[in-house]
Amino acid sequence: MTTPLVSITGLSAVSLREGGSPILRDVSLTLQRGEVRGLVGESGAGKSTIAKALLGILPRTVKVTAGEIRFEGRDLLTMPERELRAIMGSEIALIPQDPQTALNPGRRIEAQLTDGLRLRRGMNARDARERALQLLEEVHIRDPERVLRAYPHELSGGMRQRVMIAAAFSLEPKLVVADEPTTALDVTVQKQILRLIRGMQEAHGTAVIFVTHDLGVVAKICDSVTLLYGGKVIEQGPTASVLAAPRHAYTRALIAAGPRYDRPDAGLEPVPQSVFDQLQAELAQPFSSEMSHG
Amino acid sequence: MAEPLLQAKGIEVTYGNRRRGGVKVLHGIDLSLDRGETIGIVGESGSGKTTLGRALLRLVDVSAGEIRFAGQDITHLDDGAMRPYRKRMQMIFQDPMASLNPRHTIGQILGDPLRFHGLARSGADADQRIRRMLDRVGLPSIVLGRNPHELSGGQRQRVGIARAALLEPEFVLADEIVSGLDVSTQAQVLNLLKGLCRDLGLAMAFISHDLSVIRAVCDRVTVMRNGRVEEEGACAEVFAAPKSDYTRLLLDAIPLPEVDAGWLKGPEAA
Repeated sequence: MTTPLVSITGLSAVSLREGGSPILRDVSLTLQRGEVRGLVGESGAGKSTIAKALLGILPRTVKVTAGEIRFEGRDLLTMPERELRAIMGSEIALIPQDPQTALNPGRRIEAQLTDGLRLRRGMNARDARERALQLLEEVHIRDPERVLRAYPHELSGGMRQRVMIAAAFSLEPKLVVADEPTTALDVTVQKQILRLIRGMQEAHGTAVIFVTHDLGVVAKICDSVTLLYGGKVIEQGPTASVLAAPRHAYTRALIAAGPRYDRPDAGLEPVPQSVFDQLQAELAQPFSSEMSHG
Repeated sequence: MAEPLLQAKGIEVTYGNRRRGGVKVLHGIDLSLDRGETIGIVGESGSGKTTLGRALLRLVDVSAGEIRFAGQDITHLDDGAMRPYRKRMQMIFQDPMASLNPRHTIGQILGDPLRFHGLARSGADADQRIRRMLDRVGLPSIVLGRNPHELSGGQRQRVGIARAALLEPEFVLADEIVSGLDVSTQAQVLNLLKGLCRDLGLAMAFISHDLSVIRAVCDRVTVMRNGRVEEEGACAEVFAAPKSDYTRLLLDAIPLPEVDAGWLKGPEAA
């Protein structure tokens, strides 16, 4: 059996800001090369914390109390800062929720897309520019020359997100962490961006951790899904199996709570109090009560 | 046939200096809403849906067209003349944190409009109305002494709904009121709003980018694009058989929670 690309084992963390209250509880998950995994949950579920841990950008207010995150066998949590910096951006890259804040407003797209290629891949300016143009074409930007010269504010939200996708894939990372990358976009643009991420991921054989609160998005782009609540894994497995035959009451309740335009009589069912009570009881247990598929 | 409660005829809105051209964001919108009816207004960013809502409430001026409420032409009423209508037309905002005064307690936030509009006969009457309404929207009376930032997003949105409903309006405008909420909270807030509209006979214009939410809440739907109405009709008909290609495109772009390998490869969105 091959080593998984990522293997998180027994990861627990507390928030120092909230008096040491747990924000991750014994989280374990493995990600194979080229796999697209959805990390899904409501606010406070811990999905963003896991994403930040993978990117080595946990805030100082979060303290890991147990567990490890192995990337190609090496533990990111105990690795020397130098090694970690070499991996981040290069082997693990981010597609952020808000490209507006991730892009430097005072620099042209060209400078921002070619930095990594020059500094980390040793390309000269001309080659880096050439590669940046290719990347923009790959993310279906029609006028890449113009976009290279543009400042971020001159581009639409969808265009900026395409630029971020090009940047994330520019150094051929093995893992891309996409943190709610379509939450701020219109639905038609969201569909284009999802299609693009999936297309890039398939073309480059990249694994993706896709953080979202939307089970619909998970259904359309993720091979597998990890559902979290209160920092704990509630259920995980292949997307088709988890969505079609959910084993945990919370998973079933979340699916029933979402309205659907094609089924006006279904949906909008509030999550029953009994389900929240069950979740609270499970959070209090020290061991995992995860429902896992296959 | 009785006149609609709220009616817009050919309204246009232009932002900026009109003599220098300005930017027209609504190009002649017609809309009509009966008492107790709920209409969804859907569109992507820049469609003009928020401007339309604000124009209906006379929060922005229209450069052409007519707005009628309960049989009266209110298109050009000044602030003083609008005042009696302000109570009858309420608004629930997208971001309750931005629309609730952070220094005021929930008690003040709910009580002040009652006093301003002279609805409560006495302090005790106001208090009683507020407590009944809190109960109706599912908030414990302990929140009365709290400030908005001490409440969760769902609780704040319930306060926004309670504040609007306390004035016993005939029409309420809700603008993207569940877009920041978790799906379990969203279901509760939408059910609450549906129930209130039904019980109080409230008419509602419900602005949202989410067609699934509109299908669950509204009787009719107006699809907007670039400041124009793309399609309008009963939800049952529009959702079953959209006449406009754009409506079809919006529906096809919604990811339903079912695995469907063909979806991402489907028709390219505009």
